[in-house]
Amino acid sequence: MITSRSDHRPLKAREDSMAKAKISLVLRLLAVGSTAAAIGIMVTSHATAKVLNLSFDARYNNTPAFVYFVVAEAVAGGYSLVSLFLSSKSLFWRAVMMMDVVIAMLPSSSIFATVAIGRVGKKGNNHAGWLPICGQVPKFCDRVIGALIVGFVAAAIYLVLLLCSLHSLFALKP
Amino acid sequence: MALDNEAKPEAMHGSTPISKAPRNQVLLALRLVAFFATAAATVVMALNKQTKTMVVATIGSTPIKATLSAKFQHTPAFVYFVIANGMASLHNLLMIVVEIWGDKFDYKGLRLVIIAILDMMTVALASGGDGAATFMAELGKNGNSHARWNKICDKFGSFCDHGSGAIISSFAGLLLLVIITAMSIGRLAKPRPATLSPV
Repeated sequence: MITSRSDHRPLKAREDSMAKAKISLVLRLLAVGSTAAAIGIMVTSHATAKVLNLSFDARYNNTPAFVYFVVAEAVAGGYSLVSLFLSSKSLFWRAVMMMDVVIAMLPSSSIFATVAIGRVGKKGNNHAGWLPICGQVPKFCDRVIGALIVGFVAAAIYLVLLLCSLHSLFALKP
Repeated sequence: MALDNEAKPEAMHGSTPISKAPRNQVLLALRLVAFFATAAATVVMALNKQTKTMVVATIGSTPIKATLSAKFQHTPAFVYFVIANGMASLHNLLMIVVEIWGDKFDYKGLRLVIIAILDMMTVALASGGDGAATFMAELGKNGNSHARWNKICDKFGSFCDHGSGAIISSFAGLLLLVIITAMSIGRLAKPRPATLSPV
């Protein structure tokens, strides 16, 4: 019974798996890059405005949703960085695949949370008596929207990564 | 020859390998609980409504009362929460049906893959709904002094309570869904390629 990990597969299968490994590596690099960009944009968003007597100081710290966005992207990016060093042939590949599922959830949920709070900031909420603030601090709003777009790209990359590892799993079936 | 619960080698059965029965039952039970959790979250949030008559202003000595209501439709985050959890519970129901009765159907061995992919998509959707609703509820509970947004939970207590209950139930469903997805993906790797049949 063959239980070793030596490769007895035909040449094409080996080449395919090497190509998949390269694609997965590139994707992980992209994921790290995009999460780093999203964090950078969100963290440097900061604007002050003085309206009448009220001074608005808008930072990403003020809203827990934006803080969660930064934290979630940081965790996901850190995990991608670590998983870059664990190639698909090591013992951890099964654990990496399981963790991929959990980690892919983080950027996606943080984006939705930021969108929800951002929408209140942009359009307000009449029923709760919450006024929109984007009129007063347009630069902050633009920055947040930029961070969101990059975050969307990052979440999409994570999901594609998940599909990729799924594909490599599925390819083991004859 | 006793029938084993282990996956039989391909040579004996043709196209589809049999997945282990005990594994299947755990998965089924998890899906059932997840279905109930997400369905409960959907229903509780969809019926979340509170109307209150409050004194808004006082002119002279007559208080002016206004009837204010808090509904889940007022916030797009909660609307999305209801939709996402509804879809998650439908997905769980569909998967339960497929697991119990769909064993005959297989399309080129793609069945497990499609189940895993659908599970992943549902996790992404449901996690988004949860995140948005949590932070919206936190905003309603604590307000945001920097943006001059007042909290509303002190006035609409039961609305907030029902909402938090729905969100907690949805989190439980999401956790189970993540475990189910991990198990579904793990099931894909189970039947090792039979490079050599024991001839």
